Amino acid sequence: MNAVLRLLAQRIALGAGSLLAVSVLIFLGTEILPGDVAQAILGQAATPEAVAAIRETLDLNQPAYIRYFDWLGGILQGDLGTSLANRRPIGEMIGERLQNTLFLAAVSAAIAVPLAVFLGLIAARFRNSWLDKSISIATLSTISMPEFFVGYVLIFIFAVTLRWAPSLASVYDSMSLGEKLYAIALPCATLTLVVVAHMMRLTRAAIINVMSSPYIEMAELKGVTRSRITLYHAFPNALSPIINVVVLNLAYLVVGVVLVEVVFVYPGMGQLMVDAVAKRDVPVVQACGLIFAAAYILLNMTADILSILSNPKLRHPRS
Amino acid sequence: MRNTPLSAWFGFTIIAIYAFLAIFGPWIAPYGESAIVGDVWLPMSSEHWLGTDNLGRDILTRLLYGAQNTIAVALAATLLSFALGMSLGFLAAVVGGFTDQAISRSVDVVMSIPTLIFALVVLSVLPSSTLVLILVIAVLDSTRVFRLSRAVAVDVAVMDFVEVARLRGEGLGWVIRREVLPNTLPPLIAEFGLRFCFAFLFLSALSFLGLGIQPPAADWGGMVRDNANAVSFGLTIPLIPAGAIALLTVAVNLVVDWQLNRASLLRGRA
Repeated sequence: MNAVLRLLAQRIALGAGSLLAVSVLIFLGTEILPGDVAQAILGQAATPEAVAAIRETLDLNQPAYIRYFDWLGGILQGDLGTSLANRRPIGEMIGERLQNTLFLAAVSAAIAVPLAVFLGLIAARFRNSWLDKSISIATLSTISMPEFFVGYVLIFIFAVTLRWAPSLASVYDSMSLGEKLYAIALPCATLTLVVVAHMMRLTRAAIINVMSSPYIEMAELKGVTRSRITLYHAFPNALSPIINVVVLNLAYLVVGVVLVEVVFVYPGMGQLMVDAVAKRDVPVVQACGLIFAAAYILLNMTADILSILSNPKLRHPRS
Repeated sequence: MRNTPLSAWFGFTIIAIYAFLAIFGPWIAPYGESAIVGDVWLPMSSEHWLGTDNLGRDILTRLLYGAQNTIAVALAATLLSFALGMSLGFLAAVVGGFTDQAISRSVDVVMSIPTLIFALVVLSVLPSSTLVLILVIAVLDSTRVFRLSRAVAVDVAVMDFVEVARLRGEGLGWVIRREVLPNTLPPLIAEFGLRFCFAFLFLSALSFLGLGIQPPAADWGGMVRDNANAVSFGLTIPLIPAGAIALLTVAVNLVVDWQLNRASLLRGRA
C-alpha cells in the first residue's frame, strides 16, 4: 500500500510542478513579442500618452520576472487581476462563465462517457461484423470533422429545419435546470459527437487487445458465451486503458468547448477568452489560459492516478 | 495496388482533386478574390453556382481562392513542424544524456497546455499575419512530431550500423542524415498525413474564431464565420466551406488509416 501512496505522491508532485511550469509559459507567451506589448495592444496609431497609460497598468516598467511573481502571487491569493478593456476585476467576470462552461462540459461528459463505452463494447463484441464496420466508418468521419461543422449541421437540421431545439444557447441564472438543459441541447450534442468517436475507438481497441490473451481463449474453450466473456472477463482488465482514454478525452473537451461556445454563442469561458484575444485584453487572456491549462493538467493527472489505482500491476512498479 | 480498399481510393481521389483546385484555383475562379458581384446571400444560379456570401461575393470563387490560402498555410506549417520536430527528435535520440532530457522535458511542458489555448495566449499579443500563423502552428505541432521521431530514432540509434558509423568517425549530422533518417521514414510519412490534418483543422479553427488568416483574403474557416448567421435563415452557405474542410480531413484520414493498417499487416506477416 505504501508503494501506491508513494507513486500517487510522485504523480501529484509532478502535476504541481507542471502547473508551475505552465504558468511560466503562459506568462512568457505574452512576452515573446520583440517590441513593446503596450504598443501592440493599442496598434500603430496610438498616442504616446495612451501607450504610457497601458504600460503603467500592466507594470511594464518592471522587469518581467518581478511582474511574473506579482501575477502568480495575486492568483495564489485569489486575485486574477483587472481587465484592460473594462477595468473590472477578472475574478468577477470569470466566475459565472466558468460555472456555465463546467455545466456544459459536465452534461456532455455524462452523456458521452457511458455512450462511448457501450458502443466500444458492442463494436468489440461484434468485431468485423457490418455493425462494427459502420460504427468504425461513422466515428472515423466524426473525428476528422471540425467542431464547427458538426455544430452548424446540427443547427441546420434540429434548430432551423425541424425546430426542435434553440440555435443560440443562452442561459441565465433565473432559468430552471430543465430550461437550461433544453438550451444547451445542441452544443451538448456537438461536444458529445466529437468526443464519443475517439473514446469509442480506443475502448474497442483496448478490449480487442485484451481479447487476444490466453485466458480469454481459455474461457472460450470452457464454453462461456461471447457477451459474458466481453463483459466479465475482458472489460475489467481493459478498464485501466479505458479510464485513461475517457479522462484524456474529457481533457479534450476543454479545447472543444471553446469552439462550440463560439458556434452557439454560449456565455462561457471559451467565448470570454476568444473575445479577450480579439480585444487584446492580455490579463483576461492569461487568466483564462491558466484556468484552461490547469483543468487540462488536473484531468491528465486524474487519468494517471485512476489508472494507477485500477491496475494492480502498476502498484508494484519494481517487483 | 489491387488490394487497395475502396475507402483509400476515395481518399486519394479527393486529395488529388483538392490539390488540383488549390494549385489552379485562381485561374478557374470566375470572379476576383474579393470582388463584390451581386446581392447578399443570393441563391445558387447559373451565374453564381454556389450563390453569394454576406457581402455579395461569389462563393465558388472564394472557395477556390480559399483552397489555396488554407492548404498552403497548413502545408507550410506541417513541413516546418516536421523539420523542427525531426531535427530535435533525432538529436535527442542520437546524442542522449542531458541534451535528451532537456529537450524532452521542455516538450512535456509545452504539451501540457492545450494547443488551442496556448495559441490564443500567443495571438493576444502577436498580429495574425501569415508568417506568425505558420510559426505558431508549426512550433506547437512540432512537439508531437518530436515525440514520435525521438521514439522511433531511439530504437535505430542503438543499432550496430550506427555504432559502426560513429566509430568510423562520422559527424553527428552525417549519422542523423545517412543512418537514422532512412530507417525512421515509414512511420513518419503516415504521421505527416495526420499532422497535416491537425494543422489544417487548427488553422481553420483559428480563422473561424477570427484569429487566423485575415480578411479580405479568402479562407474556409473565415468563410464559415462570415456567413454563420445565414444558417438561422435556413441557408446552407456556412456548411459549404465547413463541409469542404471536413471532406479533406476525412479523405486524408482514410488514406492514413489504410497506410497504418497495411503497415501493421506487413509487420504481422514478417
